[in-house]
Amino acid sequence: MDATTPPPPGGRTLHRFANPGRFLRISGRVLPVVALLGLGLTLTGCVWGLFFAPADWQQGDAVRIMYVHVPAAWLASFGYLSLAICSVLSLVWRHPLADLAAAEIGPVGAAFTALCLATGSIWGKPMWGAWWVWDARLTSVLVLFFLYLGHVALVRAFDDPQRGYRAGAILALIGVVNLPIIKFSVDWWNTLHQPATIKFTGAPTMYVGMLWPLLLCALGFTFGFVAIVLARTRAAVMERRIRGLLMARAQEADAR
Amino acid sequence: MTRKRRRLILLLVCGLGLGTAAALVLTAFSDNMVFFLAPADLASKAPHNGRTFRLGGLVEAGSVEHTREGSKPVVRFRITDGAANVVVTYAGILPDLFREGQGVVTLGAMQTDGTFRASEVLAKHDETYMPKEVADALKRSGHWDPKAGAPPPASTWNTLLPKPGNGG
Repeated sequence: MDATTPPPPGGRTLHRFANPGRFLRISGRVLPVVALLGLGLTLTGCVWGLFFAPADWQQGDAVRIMYVHVPAAWLASFGYLSLAICSVLSLVWRHPLADLAAAEIGPVGAAFTALCLATGSIWGKPMWGAWWVWDARLTSVLVLFFLYLGHVALVRAFDDPQRGYRAGAILALIGVVNLPIIKFSVDWWNTLHQPATIKFTGAPTMYVGMLWPLLLCALGFTFGFVAIVLARTRAAVMERRIRGLLMARAQEADAR
Repeated sequence: MTRKRRRLILLLVCGLGLGTAAALVLTAFSDNMVFFLAPADLASKAPHNGRTFRLGGLVEAGSVEHTREGSKPVVRFRITDGAANVVVTYAGILPDLFREGQGVVTLGAMQTDGTFRASEVLAKHDETYMPKEVADALKRSGHWDPKAGAPPPASTWNTLLPKPGNGG
């Protein structure tokens, strides 16, 4: 039913990708490139970081957890930002693909957040002396994890998928207040978690030999995230198409 | 077009309201959002009558002494934030990162003699990541004494080339 409504004149640029056929065609061509980039960069960054980068003078080899923890944390936040953008597209412009993408970003973002929390905990025990503390940074990231889980559950909780998408989009947008809190928690309040090493202003307080593999890993994780979401959204589009065909066939059989 | 614009404006207004509410709540609760108190805060904010709270700051250089209380080994050190300092006693295992000049967060209560009795000591790692060779070079050249506090500006050392042949 979505494919039959002609795109409104104002939203042509956005609705160009609302055509599922065109989306499948373009994403099918982009996906292998993105997936290979993600896999290659992540592997290179991890091997570099885990085996060749220098150990920290205080933390020793425990510093290497950073090469997974920091990219996972960045992607947890960026993933939520993309979820919020999809939600705006869905609520304001009623973009049908944004609904599907939002539903598919949820579980992936939750997985990255879980990875971030788990690796942080594994680093925290030997370095801080505690698996977990209730400081502002850790707590706000845990809230982000629950927001993802809530979105995953809410989107799938209704018989009518449209109502689920609507409710999920509203939840996702309310949760956006959490993003600046996560980012600035370490500056606004004193926390056990260290402040940002890589800042918008000033030199990164990290040795270049550690910084390069970290940036490679972050880039690799980003491509990986995009690849997983693209693949899942493609699967969702095809699933909807197949369901439509099966429904049509069932109705045909009923009519006969 | 008009319906779309109406939805967009509605969304923006809701976002503005939500953002303001969140900002107000966070400012109102900002005293409760801090994970620990600094020694300078103690005079104005410290909970008295033996209530438990967290105290954080740098371990003052030269203040760490290992003593005994009966048969139990006890460590005494001063926590400073530059403006004030507090003597802390702790019986237990210190985290790996504990050293003079390191940031720590301790959980405990003030005693009647003005010292802080900790039941837990956590080490706070700062935002610097530095290989051993670079740290040694800075210490050797006298640019940095880790006991005295934070390292020099990052741009002076983050591309410093340590001597080859000692990787990983």
